[in-house]
Amino acid sequence: MSVLVVMEQQEGAWHKLSWEALAAGLELGRALGEPVAAAVVGEALDALETELAAQAVERVLSLRHPLLAAYTPDGYTTALEALIRETKAAWVVLPHTYQVRDFAPKLATALDCGLIPDVIGLRVEGGAPVFVRQLFQGKLNADVVFEGPPPYLVSVQAGAFRADQLQPGASPAPVERPAVALESKQIRTRPLERFQEAKRTVDLASAAIIVSVGRGIKGPENLPMMEELARALGAELGASRPVCDSGWLPLERQVGSSGQTVAPKLYLAIGISGAIQHLVGMKGSRTVAAINKDPTAPIFEVADYGIVGDLFEIVPALTAALKSSS
Amino acid sequence: MKIVVCLKQVPAKDSLLRVEAAGGWVRDSELSYEINEPDAFALEEGLRLKEKHGGEVVVACAGPARAAAAIREAMAKGADRGILVEDDAFIRADSFSTARALAAGLGGEAFDLILTGLQSDDLGFAQTGVSLAHLLGLPHATIIMQVEAQEGGLRVKRELEAGWFQHVEMPLPALLTIQSGINKVRYATLMGIKKAKTKELKRLTLAELGVTLAPRQTIRRVYVPQKTKRTELMEGTPKEAAAKLVEKLKFEARVL
Repeated sequence: MSVLVVMEQQEGAWHKLSWEALAAGLELGRALGEPVAAAVVGEALDALETELAAQAVERVLSLRHPLLAAYTPDGYTTALEALIRETKAAWVVLPHTYQVRDFAPKLATALDCGLIPDVIGLRVEGGAPVFVRQLFQGKLNADVVFEGPPPYLVSVQAGAFRADQLQPGASPAPVERPAVALESKQIRTRPLERFQEAKRTVDLASAAIIVSVGRGIKGPENLPMMEELARALGAELGASRPVCDSGWLPLERQVGSSGQTVAPKLYLAIGISGAIQHLVGMKGSRTVAAINKDPTAPIFEVADYGIVGDLFEIVPALTAALKSSS
Repeated sequence: MKIVVCLKQVPAKDSLLRVEAAGGWVRDSELSYEINEPDAFALEEGLRLKEKHGGEVVVACAGPARAAAAIREAMAKGADRGILVEDDAFIRADSFSTARALAAGLGGEAFDLILTGLQSDDLGFAQTGVSLAHLLGLPHATIIMQVEAQEGGLRVKRELEAGWFQHVEMPLPALLTIQSGINKVRYATLMGIKKAKTKELKRLTLAELGVTLAPRQTIRRVYVPQKTKRTELMEGTPKEAAAKLVEKLKFEARVL
């Protein structure tokens, strides 16, 4: 019933969420009294293997193959399915990255097993783990359990497990390189170069104060009111995904997992309910204030200060208060 | 191009969610429903591909009886026909079950392209599309922001993290999960709504399809998350609350 953590790397650099997945895997291993192994997938992995072997894992399993140099869902699923079957790993823990979202459901279906994604917590009850995840974009939590025989796949959400508390192992763990059977005809998609859109002109990451607006502002006609507040604060204007999807503000102003990650000294969220994809992009902010009509909005989970009410009355009042106090 | 769009009917975005006394699920009789937002973008993409390349758009859904309204709405926007695998179990079924039911509901019919939203706004497991691709033996790509037909298949733009993208080339048939914001969704016209009433909607049961649901994971309990952070709320009129907030930001948080 061992635990296997699948780490993610991109061109020789770890995805930092991998360490949080490792922390979750080690926590699960401790709770179940089971050994924990860590796997890495790619082609040239020497340095990463050494780094991973220093962790408190039983062994490092390195899946190396020229056809795994670039990520494809077919390649990764084939290699990991074989590894999980061979090692009989019961619990497979992955970071909830975009890449994992792309292949983990395929891997689970190939293994005919369950996948509980985007987990924010775990506990063991009567010998069986219970996983906590969010529903309805963070408005509710759910306790979710697996059914049927192992393996069981779990992916962990950013910020839920503490990577900074990882302790190195007493001695380096052995590194094994199981043979990977993979042929080019098994890979049906052809990934091309990764790229960024035209260079950003707005650098939210270096802004000291950000006024960020969400669906609650109702439409682009209300942006001038928000811009006036931003000016009074000397702030940059940011937005949640729906605002950019609707074209009210350009994509370069989007904060969240698919946009920019920001950590200003003040983040003022206006009419943003606080879906997790947004929160992961701003929860490092020193001070968070939120204005929202819904007192149960998840944004209040990360806000230091809040005003519950009609933003169209509160925002002008706030702008006026700022102007008169300076 | 023969296209299937898989969609889910979910509680409307502004729904006030209240948990049942037993904590098993939300009180769903109190809710109103709509097409899951990412699925609405997938539908729009399907309709645009049909307009460009010809063919047919079929809407498929595994859901309770009320989900027929979502299929009719899709038809009003231009989908040609619908398939509903009907069972109350789909309200909170795992993606694995939903994917099995959809695979069976498509009944071995050959399609060029299957589209669906990247995740549902209610359960958010983000697995049904990819799982369905595997069950049908199709290549897939997820979180797609652009779809172009090209010689021998498709060229799609995949969204990666932190503002990065990647083009992926793939053969057809294939399955794509669509990201919100890929296009601007249309509204149904009066004519469309009228036409939708006469379009074919095939209702199937799990028994007819010979599918037994064997969930791989179960939601045991739902609850309002315990707040771990104390948010200090500013009370009073908008003017009073605004003045208090400025005071706090200046002298307590010292960020102004």
